[in-house]
Amino acid sequence: MFFTMLYKTPTYYEFKVDRDDARCIRCQVCVRQCSYGSTFYDAEEDRIYNIDANCVGCHRCDTFCPTDCITIRRVGENFKENANWNAWAIRNLNKQANTGGILLTGMGSDRPHRIYWDNIVVDASQVTNPSIDPLREPMELKTYLGRKPDSIEIEEREGKVSLKTRLAPQLELNVPIMFSAMSYGAINYNVCEALAMAAENMGTYCNTGEGGLHKNLYKYGKNTIVQVASGRFGVHLDYLGVSAAVEIKIGQGAKPGIGGHLPGEKVTEEVSKTRMIPAGSDALSPAPHHDIYSIEDLRQLIYALKEATNYEKPVSVKIAAVHNAAAIASGIVRAGADIVAIDGIRGSTGAAPLMIRDNVGIPAELALAQVDERLRNEGIRNWASVVIAGGIRNASDIVKAIALGADAVYIATPALVSIGCTVCQKCYLGKCAWGIATNDPYLARRQNPEIAAERMSNLLTAWSREIKEMLGGMGLNAIESLRGNRERLRGVGLSDRELKILGLKHAGEGM
Amino acid sequence: MKIVYPKEEVCMACRLCEVACITEHSRSKDTIKAYKKEKPAPLSRTLVEEIFPGLSVSVNCRHCSDAPCIEACITGAMHRKPDGRVVVNEYKCVGCWMCVMACPFGAIKRNQYKIEGQGARGKGQGLKIKLSSKCDLCPDRSIPACVEACPNRVMAYEERN
Repeated sequence: MFFTMLYKTPTYYEFKVDRDDARCIRCQVCVRQCSYGSTFYDAEEDRIYNIDANCVGCHRCDTFCPTDCITIRRVGENFKENANWNAWAIRNLNKQANTGGILLTGMGSDRPHRIYWDNIVVDASQVTNPSIDPLREPMELKTYLGRKPDSIEIEEREGKVSLKTRLAPQLELNVPIMFSAMSYGAINYNVCEALAMAAENMGTYCNTGEGGLHKNLYKYGKNTIVQVASGRFGVHLDYLGVSAAVEIKIGQGAKPGIGGHLPGEKVTEEVSKTRMIPAGSDALSPAPHHDIYSIEDLRQLIYALKEATNYEKPVSVKIAAVHNAAAIASGIVRAGADIVAIDGIRGSTGAAPLMIRDNVGIPAELALAQVDERLRNEGIRNWASVVIAGGIRNASDIVKAIALGADAVYIATPALVSIGCTVCQKCYLGKCAWGIATNDPYLARRQNPEIAAERMSNLLTAWSREIKEMLGGMGLNAIESLRGNRERLRGVGLSDRELKILGLKHAGEGM
Repeated sequence: MKIVYPKEEVCMACRLCEVACITEHSRSKDTIKAYKKEKPAPLSRTLVEEIFPGLSVSVNCRHCSDAPCIEACITGAMHRKPDGRVVVNEYKCVGCWMCVMACPFGAIKRNQYKIEGQGARGKGQGLKIKLSSKCDLCPDRSIPACVEACPNRVMAYEERN
């Protein structure tokens, strides 16, 4: 079973699994953990072998090996050195020559696009303004998302002051971090439940993505943002009714311009009930919303959803960051959206064509800076909150995003990494060995929602502590004071043009 | 009394509980030596039962209050400790395996091995040993090894009514 045929179509595998035989105890834990058929036990030889061509480098086996006998090595860098025709290019070409198909991939882009966060530094207080110690003084991270009034009127009756202006519905966040859209189907029920539990636990929100909301998760509705995408999967009145907010998904950072794509293998009985489509059928969302061809059409959908939810829930519109993002965002805000979500080129996905994921869209940092500036210049920044997604990796990215003008951020990859994901980019196969991007009941049970929710909550707790530390260093005691405060940021190693787009001064320039 | 309750919804059949059990019940308490060196090889006292795909659960002794294995034992080897644990006295066990037959959960394993050299019965045949082997809830540990080793928190070591 090891060598089934002598001639193989060229695949040039990426990984080699080394096994230290002196330590291998043949417990076969690795054999059972590998869902890609890379590891097998030969009873005749009493040895465990690897078919390296099947290894995706997800590190499930070496994490679970009780004797640490497995090492996964990258191979293929021994191709003849060539800056153009590297292993990546040769492998991809061969895959296409073998199959004639579009190259598919998962997760966010792995190409070396410039990460602007790494070229931005944050200010701190020295001498002339005191810094604050968050362990000794209160620090406020509470964030409200939604339309803010242009002005407020106050009423005074018998010495009691009350607000006369009727406020638009708001989302209340204890931390300015929300879980980004990941649909039920792309990820399994256990992970959906874990996300909802973590969101409830941390006082924030998770997003259903376009896959509908499983009936059993309705109890987490007050911490759930439900999505209405071009496929309209699982959208009905109860779905809108249990939610905290409704999000219209126009585009996604990983694949701007095309719709969601859930392969039929992942559409199990439960997924089919939730999405309201036949089991086993491919769930392909149309590229555009077929009822939205203009800002006016978008306004109709926004108000249809507001009407359906009794004007009690904020409506968000999510777009991929593209060249004209600022003007589009302005239109979205004028169309009546309460929240604008912008997903950058490094945003993740469960399945996308490789060429689109890596090449279409613009970095979220630049789009954010432009959108915030445009909305300010037009005097409508308070009409909507801005949320960004796509490539947030740590707490400092969040601090920088908020100083650049975001109200909150969406994270998805960090949440998945916290529960085991090693970003092997094979989500689209539906065989995730970590039990995340799979609906196979044998694999899905690898995620215990209780543990997963605990780990995601830990991640948000850790990040909120770090954000508080950084705020304290700047002498701020509330995240509100940092929002849009670009004066506290400086660019390093950026061109004049980039600094102009980001609205930043270069490091070394004073106030 | 506290026993191990598995939760089958999240058992992923990795069988690390078995590895932990074997290590704990080995002489060296070293996983690699327990598997590769020790003769007789220690047996796991918990067994992951699997119906592929989608159902698996780690089965070990329930330490029943009306333990059929104690009733069935012909030598009194299977007995109850004052703390409630049902354990085998290996010096008394003759390997008749009545307990294996009686256990409704299949939680008792047959442990048979040969001691090389001069045997008691045959000459130079070696000595055949037959023993019952079952979960003893790891008397040397505060939490049984399988519970601690489980990566998915499948097993709860607790008291239930």
